[in-house]
Amino acid sequence: MQTLTLNHYLLASGLLFSLGFAGVMLRRNIITIFMCLELMLNAANLSLVAFSRFHVGADGLPNYNAQVLVFFIITVAAAEVAVGLAVIVALYRARQTTHVEDLQSLKF
Amino acid sequence: MSPVLFWAFTLLMLAFGVSVVLNRNPVASALSLVGSFLCLAALFVGLDAFFIGVIQVLVYAGAVMVLFLFIIMLLDLKAEQRRRFNPVALIGGAAVSGAFVAFLLHVLKSFPAGSQAFPNLGVERLDDVRLVGFALFNNFNLPFQTVGVLVLVASIGVVVLSRRELK
Repeated sequence: MQTLTLNHYLLASGLLFSLGFAGVMLRRNIITIFMCLELMLNAANLSLVAFSRFHVGADGLPNYNAQVLVFFIITVAAAEVAVGLAVIVALYRARQTTHVEDLQSLKF
Repeated sequence: MSPVLFWAFTLLMLAFGVSVVLNRNPVASALSLVGSFLCLAALFVGLDAFFIGVIQVLVYAGAVMVLFLFIIMLLDLKAEQRRRFNPVALIGGAAVSGAFVAFLLHVLKSFPAGSQAFPNLGVERLDDVRLVGFALFNNFNLPFQTVGVLVLVASIGVVVLSRRELK
């Protein structure tokens, strides 16, 4: 097998991102759509960590700014999941459904 | 990271991702997502980002997925009955995803920095947590505290949203 390069990681990240995007387009269950969004966020994290590791500075260390950015992304994503799931629960209480096709009016 | 491990974890991660998208049952989707996140954490560890790998397991595979499973069980979701995908969404999703991957391949081919092999680290032992902490508290102190306020606002928002009576 050939040696690993940055392109391998970027390709894996891109494939994971496109999987998540296809899921957001295809699925009709709002919770599954939310999970596919998480998949896309994690794909971005993978490319950031790969860039961090492949950018070794003069001091011989990986670039830690990228890892701090990943840390922030994970924190904000956790907050986003909490709020998003609360919105879904409120929606389910009002309409008894999580199918996006059944949710066609903005106001009720 | 040895190429064998990279390919194993990458293929496993993508297989779990496919299973998230294609599974009809939301619980099965959520459990596949846990598997995908664990494989991603293994890739992070292979990239010498130990702290991020641990955070990935604790926060994503732990806290976030438990939240997902709680909500799925709270709402008592059944497997999707309407199996048929919307043909427009199927064509659109496949076309945009395919176009994205094709464009990515095109860009990576003309990206000279992308074909470099793993650079060697200049240190013998990488004390990863200390270095991330230095960067976080020295260079990114203000964003860090702002994120703390964001988490506080989010938790208050969740309490407000999940009250019985929404006005």
